[in-house]
Amino acid sequence: MGHLTYQESKALATKVILILAVITFSEVIFALYGKGHLIEGHSLPGWLIGGVMIAMSIVKAYLIVYEFMHMKYEVPGLVKTVILPTLLLVWAVIAFFWEGSDWQNRRDRIKDANEKEISTAKTGMVFDDFTKQNAF
Amino acid sequence: MATDTLEHDVHTDEKEAWDGAAQPFKASYGKLMMWYFLLSDAFTFSGFLIAYGAIRFSMPSWPVPDFVFQTFPFLGMGKPLYFVTFMTFVLLFSSFTMVRAVQEGHQENRKGVVFWMLLTVLGGAGFLGCQAWEWNTLINAEHMSVTTNPFGTHVESGVYLNDKGQPSGDTFQVGDSYLIHMNGASHGEDHTGDDHDGHGAHHYDGAGDYADATVDENGYIHRKYKVTSGDDEGAIKSEAFGPKSFGALFFFITGFHGFHVLSGVVFLLIIMLNSMTGLYVERKNGYEMVEKIGLYWHFVDLVWVFVFLVFYLI
Repeated sequence: MGHLTYQESKALATKVILILAVITFSEVIFALYGKGHLIEGHSLPGWLIGGVMIAMSIVKAYLIVYEFMHMKYEVPGLVKTVILPTLLLVWAVIAFFWEGSDWQNRRDRIKDANEKEISTAKTGMVFDDFTKQNAF
Repeated sequence: MATDTLEHDVHTDEKEAWDGAAQPFKASYGKLMMWYFLLSDAFTFSGFLIAYGAIRFSMPSWPVPDFVFQTFPFLGMGKPLYFVTFMTFVLLFSSFTMVRAVQEGHQENRKGVVFWMLLTVLGGAGFLGCQAWEWNTLINAEHMSVTTNPFGTHVESGVYLNDKGQPSGDTFQVGDSYLIHMNGASHGEDHTGDDHDGHGAHHYDGAGDYADATVDENGYIHRKYKVTSGDDEGAIKSEAFGPKSFGALFFFITGFHGFHVLSGVVFLLIIMLNSMTGLYVERKNGYEMVEKIGLYWHFVDLVWVFVFLVFYLI
């Protein structure tokens, strides 16, 4: 429990739950406004909605782990053994989302190439291996 | 001589380290191990959520959450995200009551611990109830399954055909959502939102090709439309199912989280009963067991923050 008295920690818990509730509520309002559900014709670009949402969620995660789970009052060694491995996930997120959008690009290219193949076949042209290779 | 002293010191240190009294990181064995269990669990959940993200990034379209999750008990349709926000608050509040239980434990206040743990159990059970309702709506009213996803998003603009096979006044734009209805489904809980006005009852004589729709063997009605934009302008197409993996990812990830909540509720109940019988009074360690299940419970709430983020907000 660290250096806080019983009364202090009770007040702190109330404060933290209120902040968490306010953040969650703003997240929903922001998501609905950003997608044009609140005010007709008003919306925000997807990257802005996504960015703000991720930032707010990280603040919530910090409050839950550091205040509710008392990570703030643990010794530095314990904090490091939990937080440092978690940071590996940052790269995992970047790498796999990158990979995901590459899958989409490849699907598009295969679709385009297939359509080209069909139209070439229709006009009676010979579709040789060389063009096939270049198409990918 | 100097070497001898050093060896001697190492020896005594080791002996002290192994006699059982040392607490690395000034935390008890149970608490420390709970932290590392939660760390490994965080990686499991991250694996699932990252898989969801990668697959979503690889698809040209994805179901829009405000369209998929827009039903509210007794209020019907057109309430985007209201219900899941309610669920989130229930879980968040149960996290707060858990903090209070742990604090009362530090005060060795048995009644306080039991009272706040009881509220936490009720919060967890309430969350599970909400999730059951949400799953029931998706499965029985909207006919989503692990392998079939009736929620789609248009990737081209177009106009729906009427029952004579002619373009009607019912148009849609790129990015508009649609739900593929089930033949003969009642409209009690069904979507009547944005894109479904003017398309009344869904009654076809079994599977087959109709002027305004194609009905597949499973009874899903794929409405026909004329494309009005892009490369295929003028073509007649039928609405296709949305990305197939959506249903599997949704049920698997929220199900895995729900299972964590369920086991959490069971353990909370056991520890609450133990507190009630005075088991932890004798241990005189400030109800450490309550603290440990508290860590787990906050973790379940923490995971929900991210499930809420990727499935409902973005």
